[in-house]
Amino acid sequence: MLIEYAIASFFASAAFGIIYQAPRNTIIKCGLVGMIGWVIYISLVWGEVDSVPATLTASFVIAMVSQMLARINKTPMIIFSVPGIIPLVPGSLAYDAMRNFVQNDYSAAISIAAKAFMISGAIAFGLVFSEVLNQIIKKIRQTKAQMR
Amino acid sequence: MEDTEDLIELCLLMGKIMQQNGAETYRVEDTMTRIAQSFGRDESQSYVTPTGIMFTISPGAHAKLVRVSARETNLEKVNLANNVSRKIASGELSTQAAYKELRTIETSPTDYSMRMQIIAATLASGFFTIMFQGSWYDFLPACLAGGLGFIALINFIRLFEIKFVAEFVASLLIGFTAFSLFSFGIGKEVDKIVIGSIMPLVPGLLITNAVRDLMAGHLISGLAKGAEAFLTAFAIGAGIAVMFALF
Repeated sequence: MLIEYAIASFFASAAFGIIYQAPRNTIIKCGLVGMIGWVIYISLVWGEVDSVPATLTASFVIAMVSQMLARINKTPMIIFSVPGIIPLVPGSLAYDAMRNFVQNDYSAAISIAAKAFMISGAIAFGLVFSEVLNQIIKKIRQTKAQMR
Repeated sequence: MEDTEDLIELCLLMGKIMQQNGAETYRVEDTMTRIAQSFGRDESQSYVTPTGIMFTISPGAHAKLVRVSARETNLEKVNLANNVSRKIASGELSTQAAYKELRTIETSPTDYSMRMQIIAATLASGFFTIMFQGSWYDFLPACLAGGLGFIALINFIRLFEIKFVAEFVASLLIGFTAFSLFSFGIGKEVDKIVIGSIMPLVPGLLITNAVRDLMAGHLISGLAKGAEAFLTAFAIGAGIAVMFALF
């Protein structure tokens, strides 16, 4: 059920906002950012997209939304993006990898660990990509303003 | 001359607060350079790593160093430091006034009480279990295990001062709680319970920040953060692994 995951990811991200001590008036927005990211991710995965591109898309959207919120609230962007990306972090894969290591199933463990690494790379890439896009937009606006 | 020293101290303190509380490396460098710029010093150089910050106000001048020994994530402090840097940029604050304000930020207590953070970690564990396709039967055991693990973490960090030992002990406790609850027939899938309840400890931010720093060209910071994340993940994994072996 999508709504169930949406609610769970909202509270999980908001709770992470509290653990990471985000300012009080931003907690609900942190939850919303996390919810948007997770809903996108889970819908893509259900639509049989591989989890790496799904993570990339979700983290890109999270970064865009965080940047927007940061501009409105005049805060650094990480206040929203950090609690927001927490649901995407491959904690369960890292756990699976560790479990397989302990049970001496090294080949399974290595392949799961590689997947976890790919997913963290995808998260970072999504964040960086949105930042680059943002800078390009800013530059275009500046040059347009200079032209006038 | 005295002014210059004050400005250097101000930049270093700003960098230290930001780096200690989880800001990105490039943002720390950027903020320090900008503060110097708004006081008319255009040629400052900064070199930021997770464990220390170097700063010099102009080429050829002496460089100062500040050690960053403990890192945590406190977004409120990053936000407050950012506000100060905004005010400096708009010329509202003098060096001394800004320095005083940063000092208060550095020493101010955390905004959320310990109890509230524990409650947050407890709920987060439960909801993560649901998000990872666990059933609602696993919600309460995950809350219990995650909450206990988080309490153990914050108390043992004070006790040991070595983060990784505290993380190891916390994940031992999580594993023990989850597996023993499961052997009493509470909870449906022990895997989902454990995954949910270790989430408050998982170094997700560090892993992502490490890759991001590497991409931005901050090679030393990226590798250092990656190493820290790896040690934390290893401590958590080892704690759970011990419980796997026992049960």
